[in-house]
Amino acid sequence: MAYIALLPLLVVALGALVGVLLEALVPRRHRFVTQAWFTAAIVVVALVRVIINWKTPSSRVLAGNLSVSLDNATLIVWAGLLLFALGSVVLAAQRFGGVSSFTPMAVAAPGSSDEQTAEAEGVEHTEIFPLMLFSLTGMLLFPAATDLLTAFIGLEVLSLPLYLMTALARRRRLLSHEAALKYFLLGAFSSAIFLYGAALTYGFAGGADYSAIDRAISLGLARQPLLLAGFALLMVGLLFKVGAVPFHAWVPDVYTGAPTPLTAYMAVGTKVAAFGALIRVLYVAFGGLSWTWAVPLGIVAVLTMGLGAIFGLTQTNIKRLMAYSSIAHAGFVLVPIAAALAVTTVGALSSMTAAVYYLASYGLATLGAFAVIMLVRDGTGEAPDLASWAGLGRRHPWVSAAMTLFLCSLAGIPATAGFIGKLDAFVVAWRGGLAWLVILGLAFSLVALGFYMRIVLVIWFGKPSIERAASDSADTPDQPADIVKVPVSLGILMALCAVATLIGGLVPNYFTHFASLAGQMLR
Amino acid sequence: MNENYYLVLAAILFAIGVAGFLTRRNALLIFMSIELMLNAANLTLVTFADALGDLTGQIMAFFVMVVAAAEVVVGLAIIITIARSLHTASIDASSWLRR
Repeated sequence: MAYIALLPLLVVALGALVGVLLEALVPRRHRFVTQAWFTAAIVVVALVRVIINWKTPSSRVLAGNLSVSLDNATLIVWAGLLLFALGSVVLAAQRFGGVSSFTPMAVAAPGSSDEQTAEAEGVEHTEIFPLMLFSLTGMLLFPAATDLLTAFIGLEVLSLPLYLMTALARRRRLLSHEAALKYFLLGAFSSAIFLYGAALTYGFAGGADYSAIDRAISLGLARQPLLLAGFALLMVGLLFKVGAVPFHAWVPDVYTGAPTPLTAYMAVGTKVAAFGALIRVLYVAFGGLSWTWAVPLGIVAVLTMGLGAIFGLTQTNIKRLMAYSSIAHAGFVLVPIAAALAVTTVGALSSMTAAVYYLASYGLATLGAFAVIMLVRDGTGEAPDLASWAGLGRRHPWVSAAMTLFLCSLAGIPATAGFIGKLDAFVVAWRGGLAWLVILGLAFSLVALGFYMRIVLVIWFGKPSIERAASDSADTPDQPADIVKVPVSLGILMALCAVATLIGGLVPNYFTHFASLAGQMLR
Repeated sequence: MNENYYLVLAAILFAIGVAGFLTRRNALLIFMSIELMLNAANLTLVTFADALGDLTGQIMAFFVMVVAAAEVVVGLAIIITIARSLHTASIDASSWLRR
């Protein structure tokens, strides 16, 4: 029966394989639309399956030969991942002026005649959608894994399709290639380090599953250096994926170079999956070491919040700015995790509750913000330059109001979900006895507030500069940047994100109830 | 058999891989350094499996080989795409994102 409980994961994996088949079977004209709808349908089916699992308590089992844990924590993380993946599929399915965000022909060199031919013939890479599903399979597996091997496989299945998709931007292709190369080399490096850490931990514990590691730690076996070395190397791999300082260097470059729907997918999906895995590794496998890791992790959190917030202040490219925003938020999520506040009673605030709530509020606001980023376009495509956002508020009040709401949530202003997220995170850290972390966290939230409010000011009060187009000869837009007509699906997505952000801020009890159940993990 | 020799050898291989990753400027050589690191991890896994009398480590090594093969496919695809447009595999050639 355990495999029935695993269905959400299996549906997505199978959907990815069928998606590859569709490439061969569906005529080219219909392929993009078919793939988009098919992918969305697969994600919805998996989501329904997660809800059914949630309703049947007997499905809380260790499945797949004990290597996948289907506990409350997994199901909540899965539900979040699938919702965010659905939003990302909506972003990826957008076509502006008849063309998608992805390159028509990846093999053609940028600027070559092959590329022009492909563009003229309207060829498209619809493989994006199966690749997204493959990556989603890894994202679902990574936080649910209960042994280091399964976690490693999940990590790789998550990452490999993302490396490829990063290289597929339609515009600014050389940047996109460069981003893919950096992401690939650094990502492969970090997963090799993760694997070596897994090997050392296996040698220490005599088994690769988290419960064996926990047992070995509580028995206080000899070979402590082996344990500490293994643990440190595992952390390098995990902190790289969440984009925490000092392993954050790839984030700004990759987020800037990747196609925007993919950037959104990485910013929400990868982050949620990696944090889910990080929490499980820290609490289930290395819980016995929490005296050792709490303070170092707190220091990483401070560095991450600080660097993300301060560097974000100086950015002029909105995608790069969102990258620093995502670094800063990784730091804020690490705050409750470092406090290691375990579940005492059902419904009480714990580290997992706070982290899950924070990630949900961050994901909603980020997804919505990227939807708006896709809408602001000039003659050549998206206009990520902050200067071209000046004065949008007066021309497009609704979209600008939505963007303002998302930015307020990211900044943690009251009445938005982001505020409750930050509040919970700091309360947990305070109760966990990390007062210094709370104080530094509050200081950096003020800095982060500054950088989000800067965008809000530009949107509502900035003056659109006309002479900019004339001076910037490199890519002179033949029309000034503006918000194009909002496609229905994108409008619905933005509205849902906005409503959820407001509900999460005004009546948080409903969501905190789910989040509080997430603290229960099977071992 | 003294497994310490194997563990030390694996640690040296891993260190060579890390050093190669940090100092090489050619994407292919960097990639080879990463493969060396993966193989060092494999050697460690197999050694521990033998020392512990436990099969998990050996099975992990098989999985790692498959993952490494998949990684080669993805990595070479990206490196070749860049080499086609820039006619070099040097990682210094493409640095627009740093400007």
